[in-house]
Amino acid sequence: MAELNVGWKPRKENEYLGKEIPRVEGNEKASGHAKFANDINTKGTLYAKLLTCKHAHARIKSIDLDAAKKVKGVKGVFDFRKFLDDPKAFEIHYDGTIIAAVVAERPEQAEDGVKAIKVEYEVLDHFVDEQDLKGATEKKRTGEVGNAKKGDVEAALKDAKHVHKGYYGIHTITHMCLEPHGSHCEWKGEDLKVHLSTQNVSGTAGQFAGSPLIGIDQANVEIVCNYIGGGFGSKFAADQWGICAAVMAKELGAPVRLMLDRATELKIAGNRPSGFGNITVACDAEGRITAWDSEHWGSGGFTDVDKPGKTIDINQFPYVFDFENRNRKATGINTNCGPERAWRAPPHPQLCALTCTALDDLAAKAGMDSLEFYRKNIDQLATKAANPDIYRAEFDIAAKLLDWKGKWHPRGEGGKGAVKKGVGLAIHRWGGAAHAATCLVKVHPDGTVESFAGSQDIGTGTRTCIGLVLAETFGIPPSMVKVNIGTNKYPQSGPSGGSTTIGGVSGPNRRAGIEALGKIFDLVAEKYSVKADTLSAGKGKIWSGGKEVCSWKDAAKLIGPTALEVQGKGPVKDGLTSLEVGGVQMVEVAVDTETGKVRIEKFVAVQDCGLIVDLLTAKSQVYGSLIMGIAYSLSEERIMDNKTGRFINADLENYKLPRIGDIGELIVEMYQPDSEYERGVIGLGEPPVIAPGAAISNAVANAIGVRVPVLPLTPQRVLDSLAKAKG
Amino acid sequence: MSTPDRDQNTANGTGFSRRDFIRGSGAAMAATAIATSTVEARADDKAAKPNVKPAEATEVTLTVNGKEHKLKLEPRVTLLDTLRTDLSLTGCKDVCDTANCGACTVHIDGKAVYACTRLAHDCEGKKITTVESLKDGDKVDPVVSCFVKHDASQCGFCTPGFVMAVRAFLNSKPKASLDEVRKGLGGNICRCGTYHGITECALEMAKGG
Repeated sequence: MAELNVGWKPRKENEYLGKEIPRVEGNEKASGHAKFANDINTKGTLYAKLLTCKHAHARIKSIDLDAAKKVKGVKGVFDFRKFLDDPKAFEIHYDGTIIAAVVAERPEQAEDGVKAIKVEYEVLDHFVDEQDLKGATEKKRTGEVGNAKKGDVEAALKDAKHVHKGYYGIHTITHMCLEPHGSHCEWKGEDLKVHLSTQNVSGTAGQFAGSPLIGIDQANVEIVCNYIGGGFGSKFAADQWGICAAVMAKELGAPVRLMLDRATELKIAGNRPSGFGNITVACDAEGRITAWDSEHWGSGGFTDVDKPGKTIDINQFPYVFDFENRNRKATGINTNCGPERAWRAPPHPQLCALTCTALDDLAAKAGMDSLEFYRKNIDQLATKAANPDIYRAEFDIAAKLLDWKGKWHPRGEGGKGAVKKGVGLAIHRWGGAAHAATCLVKVHPDGTVESFAGSQDIGTGTRTCIGLVLAETFGIPPSMVKVNIGTNKYPQSGPSGGSTTIGGVSGPNRRAGIEALGKIFDLVAEKYSVKADTLSAGKGKIWSGGKEVCSWKDAAKLIGPTALEVQGKGPVKDGLTSLEVGGVQMVEVAVDTETGKVRIEKFVAVQDCGLIVDLLTAKSQVYGSLIMGIAYSLSEERIMDNKTGRFINADLENYKLPRIGDIGELIVEMYQPDSEYERGVIGLGEPPVIAPGAAISNAVANAIGVRVPVLPLTPQRVLDSLAKAKG
Repeated sequence: MSTPDRDQNTANGTGFSRRDFIRGSGAAMAATAIATSTVEARADDKAAKPNVKPAEATEVTLTVNGKEHKLKLEPRVTLLDTLRTDLSLTGCKDVCDTANCGACTVHIDGKAVYACTRLAHDCEGKKITTVESLKDGDKVDPVVSCFVKHDASQCGFCTPGFVMAVRAFLNSKPKASLDEVRKGLGGNICRCGTYHGITECALEMAKGG
């Protein structure tokens, strides 16, 4: 067999890789024909609505579920206490906890059923203030989750030329998936088909099958997810509400669709935890950072009774950098808030928001331009895999695109009028290695190609990228490649988390494609009397030493009457994929010191990510990240009411997301020298969402001369910080 | 621990004292939200013709994408629920149910409307157009193709609503400027952050692209 090099083609030979190619399912999505789990309406589908508890901490004294069963159209009621071995031990630990689901012929009838249920609660003591370490300690809600020392911080602080101490924080946000968590479950005999809104097509069947309330063979479960309306790290599990839908569908002998309502989606289906910290950082006269001392806390929400709470990972403080003398301590708080779930690049946005702000304040204290300060310290990176030269190159590109030199000024010299302008920067890092995945590639005798994988497209362009990898490999137009993903009945693929998918699926498809191509080259060699090892595929033809041997279609005919099938596996250390990216972001803001409103003027992101499969969808990931970053930097936060323990803005009116006019000018520059191409595919979806918080906060500080310590930088917080500085 | 002075009512401290809400955080993202081109239901629309119906389900005929549908619905059922549940036209999405996000945008007599703000019975005799009508086999509306060209969708959940908003916006402002696009499309929310592509798409269409 022809031994082909599995590696990517020399860059300039590519017909499709790295070009801007629209996503294949674009028309289906934009015209509303794409069916999400939320849209599945098979005949006889029943609709579920949820009864949730509005208390932060309570027990059920009495409940009358039968009242719901008497309501017109109601077919059944599911009691969530069933998930406990001892239903009497059921306790509500946060607002939004599901008590029951009512299933009815129509959605509004299910709502009537929910309203008919009478519950009496015993309300218990609660604690929801994640920022209040003192209060949490008094209420015995805290636990130390790390305390480590390196070098001699005390001596370094003594020797330092500049020492800065500051308090920083970032509030909890939710995932706010526009398609809520949920599923449509339908039984045929012993077979369960679940249309699940999931980032984990291959990994959720067992959770349904193995639930004590279901208990069937895993082989009987089919998971389908052709489209998912946002997940961002929160949709990896079947979840209790998924099991509930399956159980009710079985019990009622009809399909059941259960999607969380908006408030419940926000309250219990995951959030990005908060982080607050007191940080001391010091440098020498040259601006070289010599010491770091941090003590941070926060909460991942309710963990478990009598367990210490969680907070963001101490081992990654300080973020991106590490210093010779470094102390760090962390305290977790157990609150009566919904539990955390992975949120796009966990927990890097919080780490960055606390680190890159403190470093910027130290630079200001030392009287240095922040960019020069970063350059001076960029060799003090925490991760050996990170490359300071990439950051250096990205600094230069970003600075040019924003005109950093022309726009930077010492703190507080942002103009004489009420509106002050300023610039800020921050950097990030991310791994993004390929996940474990397999695929099946079929080359049909008519020359069309199919790929099958139990993967999913969460918006990153999985289908499009698989198609481009195979089109490039066989030298055929992408329209000749059909990509089949979205069910666990296809070969197992990895979950889409950690920016692992594009690398995860590219490798196996390339490997399988190359193996198939080698087999086809053997057939071509025999038929046309050429040497197999001289052959290449491109532009719809097979070539030997620059001469056309035959068309791709003629070559494919040689396969015989049935398709040639090859399995692809990954990851393999063969250079197709690798890991570790950096990224530099610079932003210019305008701050109205009378209203406190921050406006984004210009936002520059320079991002490396190895080899780019599809430049169009890759850039979309960065644009989207900047917009999500603007959201959590300026307006988006979960607001908990201390008195009632309730999440009081769990809706799209008061949970404030930016709209199309709120984002300013965005400039995305993919850092793409040949050296990046040579690294192979690396994940991209997460890294660019990390730095916006610190970059925007630093720009605001540069503009108004005052640090607004806690994100998001709402007008109120900006005004408060200005007032505090005035005294 | 030193923390700044904080409002004791909320865990987030200074972010949400009721007195300062309008002055402070309430204004954060209000700039474009109020300038939407999407027309919400208004009380005076119905004032002209009293339309009292019994609480139980009664017949109603809806004209959707040029086709008549005879349905039996309770008067409380929204146009959104009817389209999605009874007609399986699920391109309009039920995201907020509070007239904030625009994911349920359809056209009624040519105007963009949040389908969650209309009762199905009130739409009798009106021409309802849903996003599905913008693609018929290989025949695709230029707004749809332009969305795809500029990659103005990621997960794609808000996209159909945005497409309908852009279609109606361009119908009324075929030569829109960047400023007009930013204000006129402020009635829809995207979580993935596709605003850049949508802006590019709307501008290209406005330039006759």
